[in-house]
Amino acid sequence: MSPQDVPLWAALPAALLLICGGLLSIIGSLGLLRLKSYFARTHAPTLGGTLGAGCVLTASMLASSGLAGRPVIHVLLITLFVLMTAPVTSMLLMRAAILREKKPPGPPD
Amino acid sequence: MNVLLPLAVKFALACFTLAMLLDLVRLLKGPAAQDRVLALDTLYINGMLLILTLGIGFGSALYFDIALLIALFGFVGSTALAKFLLRGEVIEP
Repeated sequence: MSPQDVPLWAALPAALLLICGGLLSIIGSLGLLRLKSYFARTHAPTLGGTLGAGCVLTASMLASSGLAGRPVIHVLLITLFVLMTAPVTSMLLMRAAILREKKPPGPPD
Repeated sequence: MNVLLPLAVKFALACFTLAMLLDLVRLLKGPAAQDRVLALDTLYINGMLLILTLGIGFGSALYFDIALLIALFGFVGSTALAKFLLRGEVIEP
């Protein structure tokens, strides 16, 4: 039970998806580090959070299906969970940022 | 037999580690609190993907449960921090 035993029809797309996911994730984190303002910065990690996570989760599904010789789809649980919960955190954080940016400069009351 | 998948796993592990380092830099120097919470959110997603990639590399099904737990508790933590920034307290009476 090691990645050398995965048959070629599953190993080839899984390797491609893993490379794509790694590159997307690193692009997202680089954007998080390099962009100027918070409202520009909040867009970058969604690239790694949705597309990169989808790539890696599909690769994991392919690899475990190839190892077991039957369809293994329980990784879809994490995909569904991440896709449902990422926008909730994003919206809450953006509303908090709008609230905190709007405060007029001046002495605290 | 085929060396393609282990090579891709090694490449993806390096990518996720570098991405987590970049998130850590933003977490440490973020100008406002919302920047730090956003960096923490990205950090737990990257860590979850790292654990999943390790699971592919070792061919074990145990790593799936760890990744599911990280996703669950990371969402709870990020939402609680964002709610605290938004309202000033997490659980309102």
